[in-house]
Amino acid sequence: MYPRPIREDAKIQRALYVGAVTLVVALWLLPLLAVMLTSIRSNEELMAGNYWGWPQKFSLVENYTAVFEQTAMLRFFLNSLLITIPSVIGVLILSTLTGFVLSRYPFRGSNLIFALFVGGNFLPAQVMMIPVRDLMVRLGLYDTVYALIVFHIAFQTGFATLFMRNFIAALPGELFQAARAEGASPFQTLRHVVVPLVRPALAALAILTFTFIWNDYFWAIVLTQSDAVKPVTAGLNNLRGEWTSAWNIVSAATIFVALPPVVMFFLMQKHFISGLTMGAVKG
Amino acid sequence: MHRFWRRNRHWLTPTLFLLPGLILFSMVILAASAETVWISLHEWDGIGAKTWVGLANYAELADDPQFYVSLKNNIIWLLIFMLAPPMGLALALIVNQQIRGMRILKSLFFVPLVLATVTVGVVFGWVYDPTYGLLQLIFGLFGATAPALLSDENFATFAVAAAALWPQIAFCMVLFLAGLNNLNEDLIGAGRVDGARGWRMLRHVVLPQLSQVGFIAIAVTVIGALRSFDMVAVMTTGGPYGSSTVLAYQMYEESIFSYRFGYGAAIATVLFVIMISFIAWYLHGLIKAERSNA
Repeated sequence: MYPRPIREDAKIQRALYVGAVTLVVALWLLPLLAVMLTSIRSNEELMAGNYWGWPQKFSLVENYTAVFEQTAMLRFFLNSLLITIPSVIGVLILSTLTGFVLSRYPFRGSNLIFALFVGGNFLPAQVMMIPVRDLMVRLGLYDTVYALIVFHIAFQTGFATLFMRNFIAALPGELFQAARAEGASPFQTLRHVVVPLVRPALAALAILTFTFIWNDYFWAIVLTQSDAVKPVTAGLNNLRGEWTSAWNIVSAATIFVALPPVVMFFLMQKHFISGLTMGAVKG
Repeated sequence: MHRFWRRNRHWLTPTLFLLPGLILFSMVILAASAETVWISLHEWDGIGAKTWVGLANYAELADDPQFYVSLKNNIIWLLIFMLAPPMGLALALIVNQQIRGMRILKSLFFVPLVLATVTVGVVFGWVYDPTYGLLQLIFGLFGATAPALLSDENFATFAVAAAALWPQIAFCMVLFLAGLNNLNEDLIGAGRVDGARGWRMLRHVVLPQLSQVGFIAIAVTVIGALRSFDMVAVMTTGGPYGSSTVLAYQMYEESIFSYRFGYGAAIATVLFVIMISFIAWYLHGLIKAERSNA
């Protein structure tokens, strides 16, 4: 192991080390902690200039209920769910299919298709903005959740294909030979051999794509206009423009937006990290 | 029909499996990217007919001072982002210990990674707030006044890129932690026997083994720097006076706000060309790595 492990019996060293790391973490997360602190402060205190002192009065409940009652954040939150959940499901289905074929059915041009999926996934979103926006306008999907769902499924399938292909390729070949010997059709192989074995990969992929799509801002502002369809990220930015002096409300809304990916990350950390390192290709 | 299916299902089914994803991806992502190049040769307001203007948009771009500002800012982003791999490595080295309680501390470092860029933008907007922000608090401790970073044309780009560095460092850290877990124990042990310690151990024994991860971290960072948009849009909207804009944001502005979709497409094409060369370099490196592993 590198760096040299701190010995179990060196109690003082260990305590010093943990203390030092805790301090670094606190500094590292200081910006976020500051926003959390602001989100529980009352507006009167902010007005009076008490930004950094200990809050005289905790307004956690007031501030967060204000986010729900006085802003459209709840609507944006639901929109985000309406966009993200179907997109993730779509990506999982399509990439299992493409990953399966690209890893188990060698054919001429297979590598080229694979390279296109991977390469396309690296393109900055802005490169395709004008035609994609135009396409959604022509399809009549502009300013609906479907525009975002279609786009996100298409885009994330590039990355997810890479992910699933690598995973399925790593499964032992004997399984597939056995399936073939039994006379299983490709569909049966997929259903009875591949799907049960790729569950961990699907879990990792689901959290990753959930985070990517939930956090997307660019397409949110390019493909939607009205509050009725806007996801949280675009909603938050608007809110910030409207509530410039109510930093406590804006902070509470910010925490609210960040919550789902953070909670998911802590619940399924192992999957998230393995997914991220396995598909490190993602920008 | 049924017979045809039975006889050919071994290649028909895989083809059918591949098609939905492939068609969707080709139409929405690949065809759109290519279409951008086509649109860049036209003048277009986004609604009416397109007028062919050849390379006129590019000629105009070559004379547009704003374009050079964007390009310069993209380079600044790139340079600042190059801090992410070494800083990520440093953090990874600090926390790579298996002690009780370390897992939770380690994962706290990853938090910026799962935040939306808008969230990061808002958070850092609060840090940089010249009257009440965190920065002012720190400056205040020394009796100084913090500069209004985001409204200063000399500092805005640096301030935004520095904020964007936060999640990027976390990302590099995750990659390096994974790399540290795969180190060859024998080599490390041999190094220790030979008396290699500290910097020399890192330089001669550890880093060579991390070269692949390092390559990925650098590539992902370069690509991240080039596609920067959200942070600029959220923190400065390219201002003040267009001083913090980047290619991606300039393209967005020209298209969506000025209805100059042809001109915007020309900027996108420039970005596309820069990007393609990086992607080609990256894919080349990946394939080489995959071959050497096999």
